Amino acid sequence: MIARAVRYLDERVGTSPAIKKALRYVFPDHWSFLLGEIALYAFVVLVGTGVFLTFWYEPSTAHVTYHGQYEPLQGLSMSKAYESVVDISFAVPAGLLIRQTHHWAADVFVVAIVLHLVRVFFTGAFRKPRDVNYYVGVTMLALAVLEGYLGYSMVDDLLSGMGLAIGYSVAMSLPVVGGPLAFLLWGGEYPGASSFLTRLLVVHVLIIPVALGLLIAVHLATIVRQHHSQFPGPGRTERNTVGTPLWPGYALRSIGLLLAVASVLVLLGGLIQINPIWEWGPYATFQSTNGAQPDWYLGWLIGALRLMPPWELHFGDVTLIPATFWGGALFPLAVFAFLYSWPALERRLTGDRRRHDLLERPRDNPVRTAVGAAFATWVFVAFVAGSTDRVFVQLGIAYTGQVWFWRVFGWIAPFAIFWLVKRVCEELKRTEAHPLRGWSGAIAELGRGGDSAGYTAVEQSRESPGSRVGRRGDPPPPPGA
Amino acid sequence: MRRLARLWLRRVPWLPRPVRIALALACAAGSLAVVALDASRAPAQAPRPGPAPAAGTRIDPGLVPEGRALFVDGCSSCHGFDARGIPGVGPSLFDVPPGNADFYLRTGRMPLDYQRDEPERGRPAYGAREISALVSYVASLGPPGARIPRADPARGELGEGFDLFTEHCAGCHQVVGQGGLTIGARVPDLQSSEPTDIAEAVRMGPYLMPAFPESQISQSQLDSIARYVLYTRDPQDAGGWGLGHIGPIPEGMVAWLLAGSALLLVARLIGERTTS
Repeated sequence: MIARAVRYLDERVGTSPAIKKALRYVFPDHWSFLLGEIALYAFVVLVGTGVFLTFWYEPSTAHVTYHGQYEPLQGLSMSKAYESVVDISFAVPAGLLIRQTHHWAADVFVVAIVLHLVRVFFTGAFRKPRDVNYYVGVTMLALAVLEGYLGYSMVDDLLSGMGLAIGYSVAMSLPVVGGPLAFLLWGGEYPGASSFLTRLLVVHVLIIPVALGLLIAVHLATIVRQHHSQFPGPGRTERNTVGTPLWPGYALRSIGLLLAVASVLVLLGGLIQINPIWEWGPYATFQSTNGAQPDWYLGWLIGALRLMPPWELHFGDVTLIPATFWGGALFPLAVFAFLYSWPALERRLTGDRRRHDLLERPRDNPVRTAVGAAFATWVFVAFVAGSTDRVFVQLGIAYTGQVWFWRVFGWIAPFAIFWLVKRVCEELKRTEAHPLRGWSGAIAELGRGGDSAGYTAVEQSRESPGSRVGRRGDPPPPPGA
Repeated sequence: MRRLARLWLRRVPWLPRPVRIALALACAAGSLAVVALDASRAPAQAPRPGPAPAAGTRIDPGLVPEGRALFVDGCSSCHGFDARGIPGVGPSLFDVPPGNADFYLRTGRMPLDYQRDEPERGRPAYGAREISALVSYVASLGPPGARIPRADPARGELGEGFDLFTEHCAGCHQVVGQGGLTIGARVPDLQSSEPTDIAEAVRMGPYLMPAFPESQISQSQLDSIARYVLYTRDPQDAGGWGLGHIGPIPEGMVAWLLAGSALLLVARLIGERTTS
């Protein structure tokens, strides 16, 4: 049947060369190349569950009185938006499972993006010609964080209301443009116009997902165009790609990963509670709860807000820069500025402007690895500082003591980590030791195929069958080669 | 079951092993999700608490001499031998409502080890009869007829209690009564608070907490708040493991440590390394 379908298409639009080329696309083998795919599949789950949720969500601030299934909310006044999400959780068949899966998928989506970014950064995969694709990826990280924030802010429960209040203050804190910008976004003074939830909805379910989808398409198309980068090894050069072809090897592997990601997310959605909005209750501007926290991917911003001293810049009786600016706006700007500028910065620092298709192991470039580790430490300290209140409640460590500790530690630790990581990398590079692998560093000998045909299957005992060496730009092999 | 799994993983050669593992995981996930969904569909009925337990502490003028003896022994080093207080050390107990003394003694917050400490819930230092004696003594220092505040959760409305708790209490005690942080104090969680503790604390305002007299929170509203606080011990949960009801911090840990490491493991199993 598949053959008939393919023939149907081939005889009419002549697809078979393209399909043949696609099926023979070679994926280099390394488990860390799958991290981005985890993010991709989490996005697929997000879209699927998100479409379901939009059937039931109502972006309305109109006040209603609850008469649903959840007893503690009986008779309470709330917005229609909040009521619709409580109903998704308690009245819509499978609604809670889908809602929780959606939220877990959002959390895991950003986890996977961060892991993927770590892999790309520490292996030098962002170097020319892949720097453009790296910028696309960093943009998607920023969009994903914003998307998550908008998602849990739409619910209009107590936590989302408090989160929006912080977002409003941060927007207001931008010098000069802050006030008008916040008024523009919210449609007036906090909590904003009655259309505000509709704005969130449009951005959350239309603009950002479409932007993410387009960027993913660009991301993948660029990868196909440039081919995957790969780790150096015998038979692997700057001009070829050694690995598993899409069909029959890699496609099945990738489908397996899709199923695994979906399984983990649905398992979490069914078994572990996330954002129990019925327990937080509806939001009113005069209400608050102790220990309110953002989702994890905004924890570094709440931490930075806590760590920054209340410095303000006044001109006469005009507050030019309020205290929220440093932690809430300047810090994330600095973090993303670093991420965006690193490829160019590294080119300038090393003077290496060549094209690179072979990856480096973290130890191969001690300075880059040390800079990345120091930067990650800096952000991680702010992230940890975001939970100081809960650490105080749970462990009894004095709050102000913690804040002062992280303030100092956050500036010392990156330098210490830089020095330490650089030393470790240099040592590993010198000795070629693999402390995590218990492996001497000997690389299995790969058989070399003849080079005459231009595109040759590599035969060897240790590699998975079907691995191929392809040269970029070469024509696909004749059938049966 | 185990044989089935082994058969599936070993004897189905026409599917690659990673796909087989993933399919098995997907099946397990699906069935567990159905079970979880079923659990989350449990009837939305919060258990109605029974009547408040008979009040433990009684004010009995006959116990005053015994109470005074206990007071001199255990409390006078801060509050003074005549209970008029010691300036800079401990306050006078004259005209202190008996509910205050009962709250501090019964929840183990008094006597303090160090006078600068924040009084925190602990094992009571005295038995029920001794507490009655001490409270009777404190009551004898104030106007006659003072009573210990009470709350009856059985007469309260859960929804009203939730609403009032969010408005008056959640800012410090956290909306599910898990406690929190405020300037200068650790806010206690309310997971072991009894109705009488709640009533006494609301009326008195222990330590940094403000007092709420009857003009702000009526007796029936107090009953509702007590009902909600007791409800938070075992809230009507849905959606699986509640992670302590303290919000996104444990959720982030699950996302990273559980889901993140599980997916890393899958990636490690599926994505092979041809260099090794």
